[in-house]
Amino acid sequence: MSGKPKLHYTNSQGRMESIRWLLAAAGVEFEECFLETKDDMTKLREDGSLLFQQVPMVEIDGMKMVQTRAILSYIAAKYNLYGKDLKERALIDMYVEALLDLNELLMTHLIQPADKKEQHFATIVDKATNRYFPVFEKALKDHGQDFLVGNKFSKADVQLLEILLMAEEYKSDILAQFPLLQSFKARISNIPTIKKFLQPGSPRKPPLQEKDVPKLMKIFY
Amino acid sequence: MAGKPKLHYTKGRGKMESIRWLLAAAGVEFEEEFIETKEDLEKLRNDGVLLFQQVPMVEIDGMKMVQTRAILSYIAAKYNLYGKDLKERAWIDMYVEGTTDLMGMIMYLPFQPADTKEKNLALIIERATTRYFPVYEKALKEHGHDYLVGNKLSWADIHLLEAILMTEECKPDILSAFPLLQAFKGRISNIPTIKKFLQPGSQRKPPTNEQFVAVVRKIFNI
Repeated sequence: MSGKPKLHYTNSQGRMESIRWLLAAAGVEFEECFLETKDDMTKLREDGSLLFQQVPMVEIDGMKMVQTRAILSYIAAKYNLYGKDLKERALIDMYVEALLDLNELLMTHLIQPADKKEQHFATIVDKATNRYFPVFEKALKDHGQDFLVGNKFSKADVQLLEILLMAEEYKSDILAQFPLLQSFKARISNIPTIKKFLQPGSPRKPPLQEKDVPKLMKIFY
Repeated sequence: MAGKPKLHYTKGRGKMESIRWLLAAAGVEFEEEFIETKEDLEKLRNDGVLLFQQVPMVEIDGMKMVQTRAILSYIAAKYNLYGKDLKERAWIDMYVEGTTDLMGMIMYLPFQPADTKEKNLALIIERATTRYFPVYEKALKEHGHDYLVGNKLSWADIHLLEAILMTEECKPDILSAFPLLQAFKGRISNIPTIKKFLQPGSQRKPPTNEQFVAVVRKIFNI
């Protein structure tokens, strides 16, 4: 008998947020156990619960899964959000990997040294608007369908929406040149499970604030 | 009609090496087109063949695949190196992400500032011997099988062998505390397709030296 998946992480977006998004999109309820201090982290490590001594860790289906991508892939496959065959899966993977790269840039912004922040911000905007968003805009334009891959809702759509919203938090008009991404954003946001996740009171975490960085650094470093 | 996969990358290991390993282990012959200069990379970009303007790129089954993990997952699934069900796949993914993290540290080492090299090398050795290798040693010990997952050769085994050999290049006796990994190394190296790949003249690439670092910096503008 499996209970709800249980997520182990800090009370922040970080590397767990994509997992929260995907579970929510799939309509799967989950519990969370937040790391508040370094001792919490040490305890998990000493319990032998963390395969490589790292979080995210998700207790799911009798496994203590680690490694963000492994967890995302398992959830996507289990809940039929991974395309219908190898080739659709390949395309979903290509899209998601690129979005995770952009996520890495977004996620590391606040921990940049003060003198590098402005340039890092410029890099984020440049990569988002010149390297990544044009690909997704074009994909939607070329096939004219509602979803990125195979005319069916998949992990790629969830990941793209998450990233679009995150990018808008950095620069509110970042989608100005991407009309199809704007309508994609509205359309996917309206999917009932996602609409619910976007409402206040859901497990969705707010963007990191500067004042929260020291606490996180203490837990992880 | 499918031709051989065609790999687009520099002549170095970098992010393409794991792909070379996996194709070779699966017994798949492949071609390589090497990026030697910045202009070669620009040409690929201008031709519109790099989805996100980056390499690795592998032409395979009518696709121009990019993103290392996407390519590796596709090859693993296609050639039955991805376990028999979702849970085995999950374990393979977890193990591979661990070895990816370890090999990533080694890959970047030649590009680090000279004054940090010693510290970074020490960290690699510490991580290998206290975070990563114990996990694989324990897995092999607990089930007593020849392979990491499901008693069958998978991508996880191939990736682990690659990581072991790469780490041994940093410290030759790094497996001294891991008898099962030593036996694993011997066993997996003897698989005919892998044995062939480990011989001189194969498409396996050598470790990156200082001169090649300079070439790579020019090509990628880093």
